[in-house]
Amino acid sequence: MRAENRMGYQTVIYKNRPQIVASACAVGPREGKGPLGEQFDLVANDADFGQESYEQAEAALLREACRICLSKAGRGEKSIEAMLGGDLLNQIMASSLAARSLKVPFLGLYGACSTMAESLLVGGMLCDGGYASPVLCTAGSHYATAERQYRFPLEYACQRTPAAQWTVTGAGAVILALPDASEKKAQACLARGCMGRVVDMGISDANNMGAAMAPAAAATLCAYFDDTKDDPKQFDRIITGDLGMVGSELLLEWTEKLGHPLPREKMMDCGLTIFDPGQDSHAGGSGCGCAASVLCAHILPKLASGEWRRVLFMATGALLSPTTSQQGETIPGIAHAVVIEGVQG
Amino acid sequence: MILMYLKAFLVGGALCALGEIIILKTKLTPARILVCYITAGVVLSALGLYTPLVRFAGAGATVPLTGFGHTLAQGAIHAVQETGILGAFTGGLTAAAGGIAAAVFFGFLAALCFKPKPKQ
Amino acid sequence: MQNSSSKKHFVAQYKQLVQAITPKSKVGQGCLRAFWVGGSICVLGQVLIDMSMYFWRFTMTQGATFASITLVGVTALLTGIGVFDVIGKYAGAGTVVPITGFANAMVSPAMEFRPEGWVLGTGARLFTIAGPVLVYGISSSVLVGLIYYFLML
Repeated sequence: MRAENRMGYQTVIYKNRPQIVASACAVGPREGKGPLGEQFDLVANDADFGQESYEQAEAALLREACRICLSKAGRGEKSIEAMLGGDLLNQIMASSLAARSLKVPFLGLYGACSTMAESLLVGGMLCDGGYASPVLCTAGSHYATAERQYRFPLEYACQRTPAAQWTVTGAGAVILALPDASEKKAQACLARGCMGRVVDMGISDANNMGAAMAPAAAATLCAYFDDTKDDPKQFDRIITGDLGMVGSELLLEWTEKLGHPLPREKMMDCGLTIFDPGQDSHAGGSGCGCAASVLCAHILPKLASGEWRRVLFMATGALLSPTTSQQGETIPGIAHAVVIEGVQG
Repeated sequence: MILMYLKAFLVGGALCALGEIIILKTKLTPARILVCYITAGVVLSALGLYTPLVRFAGAGATVPLTGFGHTLAQGAIHAVQETGILGAFTGGLTAAAGGIAAAVFFGFLAALCFKPKPKQ
Repeated sequence: MQNSSSKKHFVAQYKQLVQAITPKSKVGQGCLRAFWVGGSICVLGQVLIDMSMYFWRFTMTQGATFASITLVGVTALLTGIGVFDVIGKYAGAGTVVPITGFANAMVSPAMEFRPEGWVLGTGARLFTIAGPVLVYGISSSVLVGLIYYFLML
C-alpha cells in the first residue's frame, strides 16, 4: 500500500487520480483590470465588496468563489464532505467565516501564499484515500487586509521598493472528486504531489518576498525531480505561485546551481501573469489569492481545453509573522507542488 | 523676502533629500526616520546649533521634524529658566502642544469623515 | 549532510545572488523628488508664518505653531480623500520629513482601524506609527530640561 502511494522522500502519488470537477474564482477590481480580467468568474466592483470591513470583504469573496464553484459542479453544499482552505489573516479568519456560512466540515490550513497548492495537495490525499469526496479546496487573500496586518495603513504615504509585491485581492475554489461514471466531464486530475520543507536562507527583508521564497521553491522542485526522475521538459508549464520578478529569476539561477536546470520557456509565475507591468505592481502579485485565482481562471481552463496536458503547479509561501520579524527573525519559506494532468481522451 | 523663501526651500529640501538617502541606503522604515529626526532636532537644539538654522531658513528649519524637536527642547529649556525643575517636564509638550493636538484632533476628524481605499 | 562552514558558504552565495538580481531603488531620482516636494512644503510653511505675522501680528514662534497646525490640517484632509499617499509615493522623504509626515502617520491609522471601534480602533491605534516619535521626542526634551536645570545650579 505504502509503496504505491509514495515515491522518494517528499513525493506522493494519487493512484486514484482525483478529478478537478469544477473551479471558480472571485477577484477585486484591480485584478479585473489585469490581463486575465475576462477570465475571472466574478470581478468585484469595489474593494470592499459591499461589506462593512475589508476582512468581511475577503470572507465574502471566498464565499462567492465557493458558491460559484458548487453551482458549476451542479452540487449542493451538503454533498461536500470536506472543505480545506486558508488565507493570510491571523487565525485564518476569512476562511473560517466563509466556512461558517457554507456549513460543511472544515479543515483550516496555513501555508501563507502557498495555501492553494497545500489545500490541493492535502485535499487530493483525502480524496484519493477515500476519506472524503468531493473535497472543496480553497484559498484567498485581500490587499487591504494584508497591508494592514503586515505593513501600513492604506492611506499611509510610503514608497515601495522595486522588489516589493502587491497582494492580490481574490479567492479561488476547486472541487476534487474521485472519478465516477455519473460525474460530468472533469477539467483535469491530480497525478502527484510534493510536500515542501521549510527552507530559510537568512533573508529578512520583508519587501523582498521573492528572495525569501525562491530557495524553498528550488528545494521542492529538486526534491520532486530527485524523487520521481521526471524530466522538467515533460511538463507543458512549471508554474510558480508568486515568486515575482526577483524570485523567478533567483529560482532559475538557484535550481541550476543545485543541479536541476529548468527550461526558461516552460516557466510561468502567477504573480507575473495576473498584473500588467503597467499596473504599478512592482515585482508582481502575491498572496494566497494570486495562485488560487490564476489556477482557476487560466491554468485549469487550458488543461480542460487540451492546450496543456501536464503542468506542475507549485505555490510558494513566505512564513512571515510581523512579531518575529520585528524580533529580528529571518523569513522561512515553503513551497508545495501538485502535478495536474488533463483528462482528454 | 524672496530670499527667505529661497532659503526655506533649499534648507527644507536638503533635510528631506538627506532623509531619502537614509531611507534608501539603510532600509530604515519611515517611522524610524521620524524618530531619528525628532531626536536629532532635540539634541542639536540643546547644543545651541539649531537656533541659528531657524534664524537663517525660517520654515525651512521649523517645518521638518527636526524643527519639532527644536520646539520641544527650547520649550523645556525656557520653562526651566522660568519655573525651575518642573519646567523640564512641562516645557516641551507645552511648546509643541499645537502640532500634537492638531494631529490628534484632525486624525480623529478624518476617521469620522473618511474611509481608507486601496488604489486601483 | 553539509557541515556548518560549507552551509554558511552556501547561504552567503545565495545572498550574493539576491544582491545581484534585486533591482535597486533610484537614489538620484528619489532625492530630487524629495528635495523639491519637501522644499515646497517648507516654502508653504514660510508663507503661512509670514501671513500670520502680517495679518494677526503673531510672533515668529506663534507663527511657526500656526503653520504647523495648518499643515497638519491640510495633510489630514488630503489623507482622508486618498490623495496624500499618492503624493507620498512620488515624494518619499519629501512628505515624510516635514510635519506632514507626522500628521499622515497619525491620521492614516486613525482611519484604518475605525472598523475595530472608536475606542480600541481609532482611539488606541492613532499612535501606532507616530507614538514612538512622541515617546523619543518628549523623553529627550525632558532629559534636556533636566540637564539644563542641573547645569544652571
